Amino acid sequence: MSRIGVFVCHCGENISATVNCEKVAQISKELKGVEFSTDYKYMCSDPGQTMLKEAIKEHKLDGVVVAACSPRMHEPTFRKACSEAGLNPYLCEMSNIREHCSWVHPKDDLTTEKAEDLVRVMVEKVKKNKALNSIKVPVTKTALVIGGGVAGIQAALDIANCGHKVVMVEKQPSIGGHMSQLSETFPTLDCSQCILTPRMVEIAQHPNITLYTYAEVEKVDGFIGNFKITVRKKSKSLDEHLCTGCGLCTTKCPQKKIPNEFERGLGFRPAIYVPFPQAVPNKPVIDRENCTYYIKGKCKVCEIVCPTKAIRFDQEDELVEIEAGAIVLATGFDVLKSDFFPEYGYGKYKDVIDGLQFERLASASGPTMGEIRRPSDGQIPKKIVFVACAGSRDPAKGIEYCSKICCMYTAKHAMLYKHKVHDGTPYVFYMDIRAGGKMYEEFVRRAIVEDETQYIRGRVSTIYEKNGKLIVKGADTLMGAEPVEIEADMVVLATAGVANHGAEALAQTVHVSYDAYKFFAEAHPKLKPVETNTAGIFLAGACQAPKDIPESVAAASGAAVKVAALFSNDELTREPLIAVVNRQAPPVFSSCVGCFLCQSVCPYQAIEREEIKNRNGEVIKTLAKVNEGLCQGCGTCVALCRTKAIDIHGYSNQQVYTEVMALLND
Amino acid sequence: MKIGFYPGCSMKGGAREYQESVVALAKVFDIELVEIPDWNCCGATAAHNLNKELSLSLPARIMALAEKEGITDIVVPCAACYNRLSVTKHELAEDASLCSKVTGIIDLKYSGKTNILNIIQFIDKYITDKLEEKVVKPFNYNTACYYGCLLVRPHAILNFDRVEDPQSMDVLVKKSGGNAIDWAFKTECCGAGMSVSRTDTVARLSGDILKDASDRKAEVMVVACPMCHSNLDMRRPEINKYLDEKISMPVLYISQVLGLAVGLDAKTLGLNRHMTEVILPDKPVKNAEPAEVSKKVANPEKMEA
Ligand SMILES: Cc1cc2nc3c(=O)[nH]c(=O)nc-3n(C[C@H](O)[C@H](O)[C@H](O)COP(=O)(O)OP(=O)(O)OC[C@H]3O[C@@H](n4cnc5c(N)ncnc54)[C@H](O)[C@@H]3O)c2cc1C
Ligand code: SF4
Repeated sequence: MSRIGVFVCHCGENISATVNCEKVAQISKELKGVEFSTDYKYMCSDPGQTMLKEAIKEHKLDGVVVAACSPRMHEPTFRKACSEAGLNPYLCEMSNIREHCSWVHPKDDLTTEKAEDLVRVMVEKVKKNKALNSIKVPVTKTALVIGGGVAGIQAALDIANCGHKVVMVEKQPSIGGHMSQLSETFPTLDCSQCILTPRMVEIAQHPNITLYTYAEVEKVDGFIGNFKITVRKKSKSLDEHLCTGCGLCTTKCPQKKIPNEFERGLGFRPAIYVPFPQAVPNKPVIDRENCTYYIKGKCKVCEIVCPTKAIRFDQEDELVEIEAGAIVLATGFDVLKSDFFPEYGYGKYKDVIDGLQFERLASASGPTMGEIRRPSDGQIPKKIVFVACAGSRDPAKGIEYCSKICCMYTAKHAMLYKHKVHDGTPYVFYMDIRAGGKMYEEFVRRAIVEDETQYIRGRVSTIYEKNGKLIVKGADTLMGAEPVEIEADMVVLATAGVANHGAEALAQTVHVSYDAYKFFAEAHPKLKPVETNTAGIFLAGACQAPKDIPESVAAASGAAVKVAALFSNDELTREPLIAVVNRQAPPVFSSCVGCFLCQSVCPYQAIEREEIKNRNGEVIKTLAKVNEGLCQGCGTCVALCRTKAIDIHGYSNQQVYTEVMALLND
Repeated sequence: MKIGFYPGCSMKGGAREYQESVVALAKVFDIELVEIPDWNCCGATAAHNLNKELSLSLPARIMALAEKEGITDIVVPCAACYNRLSVTKHELAEDASLCSKVTGIIDLKYSGKTNILNIIQFIDKYITDKLEEKVVKPFNYNTACYYGCLLVRPHAILNFDRVEDPQSMDVLVKKSGGNAIDWAFKTECCGAGMSVSRTDTVARLSGDILKDASDRKAEVMVVACPMCHSNLDMRRPEINKYLDEKISMPVLYISQVLGLAVGLDAKTLGLNRHMTEVILPDKPVKNAEPAEVSKKVANPEKMEA
């Protein structure tokens, strides 16, 4: 006969507003096998947990049901409390009467009855629960950081400075990300390169960090503490040990008119190139798609001029295997592409540019050496219009969210423009100015008051070219929706920040979830902002949602702490809720017949073969065996097993059956 | 297959040439259009300003009549009628109780399965593929394609072309051998129903449209809506006064442009019915340039990163 305790939580009013918690406790008391039951305002609070522990001891409980919120929220809390009171934690179950009941039904007797049903089901399940012991697995104390923008850099340095090894994988020929393209940064207007490049160099020189640039993650296997990663190092057509980075090859390459990605098409680069002068590593790669030799079969000018004979035309991609205990995703974001704005003529008119292009124009190392000159004819624009929310907050465009960074960088752009073109007039069309943050509102005020930026509240309907001017038509909603028309010399669109091209594919490779906009999803929006739903994989920076530099860096440090905490133990404890193949006495050994259907469906490659041998060493039966480290307890194998030889601890066929029967036999 | 034809009121009156040209064009491609028997007014602007049920019942009746005839596609050349029929179809599909109410009012069976095609969708579905081989007299003029408001909006319901910078008519003009110019007023309002009550507003709005096209060297404007046509064509005296300049650019329906390209004569296409005289000087047929341009596809990948 069981001695089960039932603890019904009010969750403040979250549950008790629609469910009669006292009644649920009372009714549960009558259930067979229930020894004790009670209700309390906050079960998860300290007094609540103490009450639970004392009841276990006093009533010698051998099973516990906490009827409260989702187990995703507090199962660990209550299991820990049970274990502190000497009860095996896996004899504690949660009945979700919040998300599954009080939140989705009105206040009604039926709602209370449903809560009673949910409790009864769990009571029956607990009767079938077995004491389980957690599994220990070793931890590889190396972190893989994917993406070398400011977020990846921060995370890598923080982890490396804790004394752990870090492997950084960056897709581009250089690390630095978007921040390396920026001119000056809000809210302090300090030079982006000056604060970033020293950290980039630190990455390259840190004894704990291995950097792979021009590389991508191809495959991720394993699990928290024990990931196995395959990285493809794309061929740079270069022997990096021999190359001194002298740059002679880049000046002699006959291909000179390739649009420069770093300058966002505002400049050109050769086929053998270093993306920007401060690149890390500062060694070139050959862009094979545009290289004369790869296209036509002859040229090799770079090979001829290279003083150290470092060019390798026949070099192939290299696959590197990495073992890591944790992964930090820091692959950043992108800004919208041109055909999104036919009405603004972006992509059609040369002088309609995006924010990143403006950053390049304003950058001292950019294509105009920091002078604001418009792309079409190199003139200095006297009237410039900035359009905020270009794509963002626009359900018609499919982007409903606020991109968060553009209000601030638009104010920055207006300022930078005014600082460089004193007699020019900057206009900003905006919906709302979102400047929450330390010194942010003050920064925007400065743009308006000191730098005389004309802020017009309203949207731009269309932009067209006429006699060399860009006619910007919009409305001024603070002036009674008056139509306004500005004859501008140049227009800068603050285009929406969007998920990186390829983010979806990467998420699938790494096995993390992503949201409808293809940004990577955090495990909990408030309490687990840098964790993903996959244990051991963390998020840093703008790959999660548009973020500015301070926020990206803060998230990166957060992720680094999580990694360091993980690496602070030599072993990890894992939940024992995994599949097991039953064992029986010889000569049967197990009801498993060795068909290995389970092996073919297991998404985690957790099924192994076990050979049973007789005394003479002859194999008499081959059985399936579950690798405890790899199994994630998904249950796919259970559904498939023909002889019911495989079952899941904690969610056995029998337990689930009992739950269903408890409902049916009401 | 029978293709239904809904002329709407305007095509029996001021826009007779629109119907004439659509029917003539269809005939060139061996397509027979069946006018929906006993059709009624779509309700136009008036109905949906006064009474929602009426505004839905009128178009619903038209679609129900088509269904009765076994018609699956209805061509609706008037952009306003197209809009009303499409919106009705959408609203009735979204709301079952409203739908049963409306079918009660019209007292006809209505399944909501009829396809509503505007003139461009009709051409794209049945003609475009065979168009280029039938072109005998390339329409080699600088052409401003004017879409107006109703053809592409609301996008969520019509799901047709790009809202702010539509391209479908430009493509047809190019395929007819014309040069569809890049200009700014493709979807600006022409003044629409204010044609009678506020002629001054129409003169200003339509005037700005014609002026921009003319400044960009357009020789002809193409439309797909009788309302737009009447404002741009018939209000020319007021427009010229507003602009203080005489604009003699003719305004043609897209069906007339295609008709000319496939060799139909001006009279069959009703060109003589326009208020602004249609003078299209013969040009030597060698202008292969626009077709070239349309073939050149920019490599979008290049700008990424
Ligand atoms: C126009 C503009 C102006 C801005 N101005 C400011 C400012 O003044 N102040 C401010 O605080 N913020 C500013 N920001 C925001 C700032 O750029 C971001 O906060 C910052 O870049 C985010 O850093 P990140 O490392 O998360 O992402 P990113 O900078 O995007 O870096 C991501 C890195 O990951 C790499 N990567 C991507 N995919 C993969 C892959 N599959 N495998 C390997 N590597 C990959 C990329 O190549 C890149 O190096 C501005 C943004 C824009 C667009
Ligand atoms: S940050 Fe400002 S400009 Fe950017 S989407 Fe949000 S409100 Fe619009």
